[in-house]
Amino acid sequence: MALRYQVVVCGGTHCSSSDSQAIYEEFQRQIVAFEIDENVSVFMSGCFGFCDKGPVVIVYPDSTLYTSVNVRDVAEICKDHLMNGSVVTRKAYTNITPEDEAKIQKFRETNLYAHQERIALRNCGIINPEDITEYIARDGYSALAKVLTEMTPEAVIEEVKKSKLRGRGGAGFPTGMKWGLAARNKGGQHYLICNADEGDPGAFMDRAVLEGDPFSVIEAMTIGGYAIAASQGYIYVRAEYPLAVERVNFAIKEAYKLGLLGNDILGSGFSFDLETRLGAGAFVCGEETALMASIEGERGIPRNKPPFPADAGLWKRPTIINNVETFANIPSIIIKGGEWFNHIGTEKSAGTKVFALGGKINNTGLLEIPMGTTLREVIYNIGGGIPNDKKFKAVQTGGPSGGCLTAKHLDCSIDYDTLVSLGSMMGSGGMIVMDETNCMVDVARFFLEFTVDESCGKCTPCREGTKRMLELLEKITRGEATLHDLVDLESLANSVKDSALCGLGQTAPNPVLSTLNHFRDEYLAHIVEKRCPAGVCKALIKYYITNDCIGCGKCKRNCPTHAISGDIKQRHTINPNICIKCGACKLACPVGAIVTA
Amino acid sequence: MTIEQLKKIREEASQKMNMIGKGNAFRIVVGMATCGITAGAEPVYEALQKIVKDRSLENISVISVGCMGECALEPIVEVFDSKGFRTTYCKVKPMDAERIIDTHILNGLVVEDLLIAKYKKIGGYYGA
Repeated sequence: MALRYQVVVCGGTHCSSSDSQAIYEEFQRQIVAFEIDENVSVFMSGCFGFCDKGPVVIVYPDSTLYTSVNVRDVAEICKDHLMNGSVVTRKAYTNITPEDEAKIQKFRETNLYAHQERIALRNCGIINPEDITEYIARDGYSALAKVLTEMTPEAVIEEVKKSKLRGRGGAGFPTGMKWGLAARNKGGQHYLICNADEGDPGAFMDRAVLEGDPFSVIEAMTIGGYAIAASQGYIYVRAEYPLAVERVNFAIKEAYKLGLLGNDILGSGFSFDLETRLGAGAFVCGEETALMASIEGERGIPRNKPPFPADAGLWKRPTIINNVETFANIPSIIIKGGEWFNHIGTEKSAGTKVFALGGKINNTGLLEIPMGTTLREVIYNIGGGIPNDKKFKAVQTGGPSGGCLTAKHLDCSIDYDTLVSLGSMMGSGGMIVMDETNCMVDVARFFLEFTVDESCGKCTPCREGTKRMLELLEKITRGEATLHDLVDLESLANSVKDSALCGLGQTAPNPVLSTLNHFRDEYLAHIVEKRCPAGVCKALIKYYITNDCIGCGKCKRNCPTHAISGDIKQRHTINPNICIKCGACKLACPVGAIVTA
Repeated sequence: MTIEQLKKIREEASQKMNMIGKGNAFRIVVGMATCGITAGAEPVYEALQKIVKDRSLENISVISVGCMGECALEPIVEVFDSKGFRTTYCKVKPMDAERIIDTHILNGLVVEDLLIAKYKKIGGYYGA
């Protein structure tokens, strides 16, 4: 027999103090007594908000609200209502307003987007990304209609300027100003490019937008094309995002079918063509000049600026490159106005920002918050804190180009300028949370390893400098470095920062500089004391078994190198000469008797 | 296409998408971005579609959507009802599809053990 009724007992503080626990237990007993426990389930929920009428019990599916319920009433509700289907009118609250109704239904919902504000992600998870009519239903293409019928290109740029929207790719250049620079170059072919070559480890905001709401990017690009007089656009998306590529291509086709791309869009005389270009996975192709080289069919390496792309970009023509998320904000700005947008967020960083929250955090995922939200709110409210009650240590923003923020920055506001002043950067929006078990030297080494791998090799500071920095870091993690190496590392980092050709090289030393700045004591512990405080760097840790050992032998069986010896029910020991520090014993130990030092 | 035609598409589509006041109509969405698919959303989506088709439940539409942002709790299925309520189920498996249809859609109850409120912690508290 299928479930017929659900009984929800309010477990809010007020109801709990008036015996909701006893009522809950009585229900559990009575449904068994009446033999209806197979088709009735009873559970406690959070507060419904009927505290003045408590204790409250709600019976679904009819949403009957019982108020001031007593333990003695339970048997009657079970017999009359749950068995025979007739409401116990004596206790039922009949005067239900629509507001009450909303409260009654509330237990079904969790405020999925508590503390968030969704502009760029407004349609993600709501609409079918393969159905253009669903996008249109959610005010899609009304921005384009407004632009093409009521606004001049100059007015569009003015509106974007007014919104104070800044580039969401990381550097934060004002979008309206950028568009204005290209529009200044009159005549000839102009190009518009969407940078969807999202390469930062741990970042997937652009993928989510392209997969969940590709039309908003396409509409925004059409608007941008109108504003800067470009008739051709490209979406440069990495081939590692096959689903995003598929959905974008599908969306472009749909837009062409409805005449929302191509010639004479909406009867305005304006024409705009859009194509995708696939990136082959080089991180450097996210840099705008390298990206354009890649579209031209050249090897993806950056070149000097100036000339800036707005003057001479793709095929030496004026070109504007914006990030996916930047574009995703444009339709809302046009519909609701620049003023509306610049009132969200902080004065210098308007609007919202999407972050990909990952690492040691309970709610990993995507979130969109107004600029100026504090780090504490992101980590503890939206992120739900650090798992296993570990201590928060730092968060890396901006991926391999950014830096880390520490516990003392928890109350700092998240916006472009604050992050830069703290030695990090907004970056594209990856946030990797680290707890006390992360070694900061190892984190810096990880990011640098990534940059060394991805360096295009054109300029010496990046090609050679980052490689030498990585060698120094590895020396530190092996416990072989001297204080002199630390001085070398720091001066090399500053030289690379000052002399590399493109943004990627210039920012590559950031993880090193910022961990040196905030966690110098950890570097010193590695160098002077030959010790890794977090117990991560293999060369510097030693596993040993404490007195808590119960002699079960699990560690011994799991050790791949037979480094552990000991008799059953006796304390085991690890032979450090054979131990390869894989940690298998520590994972296997049921009593936590294996520790590192 | 003209602007009038665009308006017409908008009206028709929002009529179709909006569940409010439509009696026993439901819109069930399954998060099917890369994150959802990797977590196993595809068989869930297919299972829901199969039930709806097999039982000819014409008032129910099963739609695949993008990322809802709760990567750790995928696969996610959301039910939008005619009263405008949105119920979020997480960590849904294909075998849960039947329960969602039976319990929620046909009986108006919720599938308690899949409610996101039981899994997601907001500000130190579990939601709802």
